[in-house]
Amino acid sequence: MSSATTTTANPEHDPAGAQQHCAQYLTFLLDGEEYGIDILSVQEIKGWQPCTELPNTPDYVLGVINLRGAVIPVIDLRRRLGMAPRDAGKLTVVIVIRHAAADGEKVLGVVVDAVSDVFDIAPDQVSAPPSLEAGLDGRFVRGLATLADKMIILLDLAHVAGDA
Amino acid sequence: MSMEEFHQIFFEEADELMEAMEAELLEMVFEPDNPERINNVFRAAHSIKGGAATFGFAEITETTHVMETLMNEVREGAIAVDRSLVDVLLSAADCVKDLLAAVKGGGPADAGLAVATRTALEACLERSGAAPQTSPPQPDSSDEDAAAAETGAALRRYRIGFRPAHGLFRTGNDPLHILRALRELGDLEVEVDTGSVPTLDGFRADQLYLAWTLHIATGSDPEVVLEAFEWVEDLCEIDFQEVESRPEATPDDAPAAVPAAAPAGAPAVPMEAGSAAGTERRSADAGTLAAGTAERPDSAPHRGERRAAGAESATIRVGIDKIDTLINLVGELVITQSMLSDLGEDVELCDLDKLREGFQQLERHTRALQESVMKIRMVPISNVFNRMPRTVHDLTARLGKQLDLVMHGEHTELDKTLMERIGDPLVHLVRNAVDHGVEMPEVRAAHGKPERGTLTLSAFHAGGDVVIEISDDGAGLDTERIRAKARDRGLVDAGEQLDEAQVHQLIFHPGFSTAEEVSDVSGRGVGMDVVRQNILGLGGSVEIASDAGRGSTFTIRLPLTLAIVDAQLLQVAGQIYAVPLVSIVESFQVERANLKSIAERGQLYRVRDDYVPVVDLTSLFGIREATPQPVAGGLLVLVESGNGRMGLLVDDLLAQQQVVIKSLESNFRAVPGVSGATILGDGRVALIVDVTGLARLLRATGGRRGQDGGLTGIRAA
Amino acid sequence: MSHILVVDDSSSMREMVSYTLTTAGHSVMAAADGAQALRIAEDGVDHFDLVITDINMPVMDGLTLIRELRGLRRYSYRPILVLSTESSPETKSAGRSAGATGWIVKPFDPDKLLGVVGKVLPQ
Repeated sequence: MSSATTTTANPEHDPAGAQQHCAQYLTFLLDGEEYGIDILSVQEIKGWQPCTELPNTPDYVLGVINLRGAVIPVIDLRRRLGMAPRDAGKLTVVIVIRHAAADGEKVLGVVVDAVSDVFDIAPDQVSAPPSLEAGLDGRFVRGLATLADKMIILLDLAHVAGDA
Repeated sequence: MSMEEFHQIFFEEADELMEAMEAELLEMVFEPDNPERINNVFRAAHSIKGGAATFGFAEITETTHVMETLMNEVREGAIAVDRSLVDVLLSAADCVKDLLAAVKGGGPADAGLAVATRTALEACLERSGAAPQTSPPQPDSSDEDAAAAETGAALRRYRIGFRPAHGLFRTGNDPLHILRALRELGDLEVEVDTGSVPTLDGFRADQLYLAWTLHIATGSDPEVVLEAFEWVEDLCEIDFQEVESRPEATPDDAPAAVPAAAPAGAPAVPMEAGSAAGTERRSADAGTLAAGTAERPDSAPHRGERRAAGAESATIRVGIDKIDTLINLVGELVITQSMLSDLGEDVELCDLDKLREGFQQLERHTRALQESVMKIRMVPISNVFNRMPRTVHDLTARLGKQLDLVMHGEHTELDKTLMERIGDPLVHLVRNAVDHGVEMPEVRAAHGKPERGTLTLSAFHAGGDVVIEISDDGAGLDTERIRAKARDRGLVDAGEQLDEAQVHQLIFHPGFSTAEEVSDVSGRGVGMDVVRQNILGLGGSVEIASDAGRGSTFTIRLPLTLAIVDAQLLQVAGQIYAVPLVSIVESFQVERANLKSIAERGQLYRVRDDYVPVVDLTSLFGIREATPQPVAGGLLVLVESGNGRMGLLVDDLLAQQQVVIKSLESNFRAVPGVSGATILGDGRVALIVDVTGLARLLRATGGRRGQDGGLTGIRAA
Repeated sequence: MSHILVVDDSSSMREMVSYTLTTAGHSVMAAADGAQALRIAEDGVDHFDLVITDINMPVMDGLTLIRELRGLRRYSYRPILVLSTESSPETKSAGRSAGATGWIVKPFDPDKLLGVVGKVLPQ
């Protein structure tokens, strides 16, 4: 997560317009692919730690951890998105996300391979998600962002634990 | 602080006062001459009137004013307390509550109702021939009058002889204040008269021996000038003259407009004799009050804790004693902390014992602090019980029944959230008892019972629980009718044999009470099954004991709090679970001889004459990391819920401790089989096992998982 | 700045009076009845420059409180104001004979309260 806080301006875009419309995305890696989530939903990034398993939950629910006195669920995003599981490595982190639920704001942890970067992305850089990419659960894909040198899959993780 | 916040305080207070008033009124029917009750009702009306007037809630002010006037007549003995008076006052109380609710909601008050209420109250006043009421207090406008007088009028000159009583200082008054006030009105010249100053041996430092002659030129009227002497008018001689009046005024009318002026040469302290009667009456009042307080020494401290039940409120009222305990504990903690940090500065091996001792002390204090903090959430159940007299009063009146309501243990404390949520189920059970339990007077008489029934509400602590009993001496449950109805509804098979207790439980069955027979009285569209569900949802239970012809008792058990639980920590395949101590019956080493495997149903264990299913938690919970455990030689923890017993197979019993319950729902969702999680001393999360949920889980998954050796699908008898 | 003891069984009235006085720079302690106030005065931890009390209160009414306070050395000559809805001549007279310095008639008006308080406090 060495470069997690650098901001990369988009060279193709008018800077003033960027100020107005750009949203910042935190990107992370899963199976070599780069994904982005709205940085406003990110509360903090924690190192990986073992979870307490919950009874009879789907395999992508790793369990719960203690976040300064609050008990929050931890979701394995690889499993959630239908990828092969992998043991936690040195770069494995838990991204702590806040999201609004019907009964108030909730906090959850999402395990990813590594965090990558922070980008300003303007709406016109985002295209609609292609009809269900192979192997990727389309429910969480918000769109595809095309940057100068790469493509980022933008996710909405608010409901990632929703039907667990 | 905003006006809204003051309003909020007033509303809370008014709700409390109304509740107290209502309770007193209901008791007044039985004790019409109890001066304390009369006084309490008077004071409640009086206090609400004061607040309402301050905030400009005119309808409330006026209505409580008439109530206060009426109660004052009652207090003075001019009006006797009877049922009809109480009923008028009760409906007036309802009206004030409606008015309060209307202002709270920002909506319009029902002025028509308020007027009708006041008319009814005034009719009571008139019937007794009591003096017509004076008008309630209105925001004072005398300051504006004074200002107007000052700016408009021409200069007037007054000469004032001011001879204060020697003891003036004893009222905290100071002639200098008066002179200062006069100077603000205009030009003031002061002559001092030292003629009364005694010689040194007769001189007392706390006496006032001076007198003054004051000349003032001001635009103010005599009334305004005299206002400066308002507080001391009985404590001084005032000789007031207008020396240079306006042309149209005659020289004599100024003194005439000064009723307060004492005639020259009158005794210096004329008020003592005149006010003696008033003083005596006051002390009589105080005496009665004190006597009343002595009879019920606990009434005063708890009075402040009464609160409108029903709505869940965000604030909590805490007794001073609880706060004091907290402060003391924090003090202890600070001392321990500083001791430890002193030791830590320069640790030597010989200090090890001290260090250990210090940590033990720290632990003790921390635990005590935690307990005390938890106690802040504890409120007396009187908050809910106080709703009952009215419920019973209204219902018996409507049904034509006669009933005494007896309440015990109103000061039993329980968690505030529990208290708020148990209110409705409790009201329902009380209504049910009045409606279905207690018979009509003539029926009772025919059965040789006293015409007045008795409904007893009691609350007490038992073990870690709060127990609430609702007990009536009515007819008891009609087991034949229940049995027949249950058969009609298909809840039981025609041939099924049920014992009494099982039949009684049927009334809690969701299919038992149906809309057509839900009466207006106890029904309100809610069946007993909902009552039971609500109680279960609070982690509690409800049981019935009924004796045909003698009455029924509903027993509700609730945990003390939803926030902490005494638990046994267990280790199972590397995972740590907390099991509430109340659910644990016993634990023992597994002996192979008592194990019995049943094909498709897993293992059973013989405990005395019972066979209980053996549960491997990791298997029942589908824990991935765990390996199945060998059963023989392990430890079995026998747990019990409303749905039967089972044996939990564990590797180790760890500590017993109080654990703070963290909800899984606040960030995730409810998980069957666990009631929440807790954070252990090392920061790890442990799940709290919900034994009732476990039994449900066991039944639901029993057949499916039977093969893997962990559990069984049959229930213990 | 003065230290003032406010005595009223109505919490909203206590809050209003306390708030008004504290915003005017005074420090305030509040009691819910005469007995509580008397205990506070007797324990001697706080030295009040002024006591403002309601009359009609449970446990110990305001007039009794005033008489008791006047019996304490420290409060023999301190100003004690009555804050009450009652304003009849008899009440005022009873108040004076108990030793009240003066009174403020409810409904409560912050400006009037501060005016009267300013009048009785030592300058």
